[in-house]
Amino acid sequence: MIQLDREETAATAPARWEPRIIAFCCNYCAYAAADLAGAKRMQYPANVRIIHTPCTGKIEMEHILDAFEKGIDGVLVAGCLEGGCHFLEGNLRARQHTSRIREMLDEIGVGGDRLKMVNLSAAMAPAFVERVEEIVETVRALGPSPLNPSSRKESAGKS
Amino acid sequence: MIVASPKSVTELKNLIAPHSKVLFVGCGTCVTVCLAGGEREVGIASYAVRMARKIEGKPIELTQITIERQCENEFIKDMAEPASKAEAIVSFGCGAGVQALAERFPGKPVYPALNTQFLGILEEQAVWTEKCLGCGDCVLAQFGGICPVTRCAKRLLNGPCGGSTETQCEVGDGRPCAWQLIYNRLKSIDQLDRLDAIVPPKDWSPSWHGSPRKIVRQEHRV
Repeated sequence: MIQLDREETAATAPARWEPRIIAFCCNYCAYAAADLAGAKRMQYPANVRIIHTPCTGKIEMEHILDAFEKGIDGVLVAGCLEGGCHFLEGNLRARQHTSRIREMLDEIGVGGDRLKMVNLSAAMAPAFVERVEEIVETVRALGPSPLNPSSRKESAGKS
Repeated sequence: MIVASPKSVTELKNLIAPHSKVLFVGCGTCVTVCLAGGEREVGIASYAVRMARKIEGKPIELTQITIERQCENEFIKDMAEPASKAEAIVSFGCGAGVQALAERFPGKPVYPALNTQFLGILEEQAVWTEKCLGCGDCVLAQFGGICPVTRCAKRLLNGPCGGSTETQCEVGDGRPCAWQLIYNRLKSIDQLDRLDAIVPPKDWSPSWHGSPRKIVRQEHRV
């Protein structure tokens, strides 16, 4: 399962909270779009850590829930354009899964807006950058996840 | 198979609110097939409950195990050890599974994680429909293999009622008229003459209306 690099964040933690976001990127589209964005020297927020997946349909609900349980502030699932999945329906399945997880996150108090699914093609590097910026801004507005250890320390300090 | 659906995370969390060390038990048979209580669903529910409790400031220690069948003692013994370490057990089995665990572990609270629904079949991916009521006196031979007791909204044995529109039941909800299906089926197997017979009132005593049922098959007893 997902290992968050706590030591890195502890050592280099800025005074101001910065959202930590995981982007699950499909090999056939978003991962290539991210690669293209890098090749074109496009800038996007460093808050995002990319996890390379064979298809968004292969991302189990447990993978996303595991990330949230470990205190990640937001998750982006980036798959192919609808109708363009290399495995035909993987991205449609991922959309159903993310919708269900969003409901669960709302119900348990984490907040469904912290999880977002987007559809891209391999050529859409600018769109990838925009989607990343959007989720970073959304999560920044929401604040740290209630499961984020730093937010728990803050709330303990306040009470 | 038995079809069940999961309770909401909130309901599940409230059921185990007084406990801090709980065992979640999945069942590897019917409820795994209907995607309600197998290993994967137990895992997902565990994540949700753990997170919800952590946010409330009351962390919970959850262990998980999925046994082959919760309705058989032979398999229940596989979970004796983890059960001994837990304050309470949550069964992701059908109602029979929950009760089997409660009987096997008399000193532990056993809570249901699912709502057991019906005996049915998989129509298509993630769609199940009810096909059998378990009435104890099968009449399927008479009706071409389509059960009016289960599938006719009015349970008519001498149908149709006349309220259907085209092939749809007037009760709605997109359900087909069982008697239309029976007619089509009997026609295709050339047994339409079965519809001439007047079916007498059904004896419901072998059904659950009598009392909880028990079957003893002497030839298999040891």
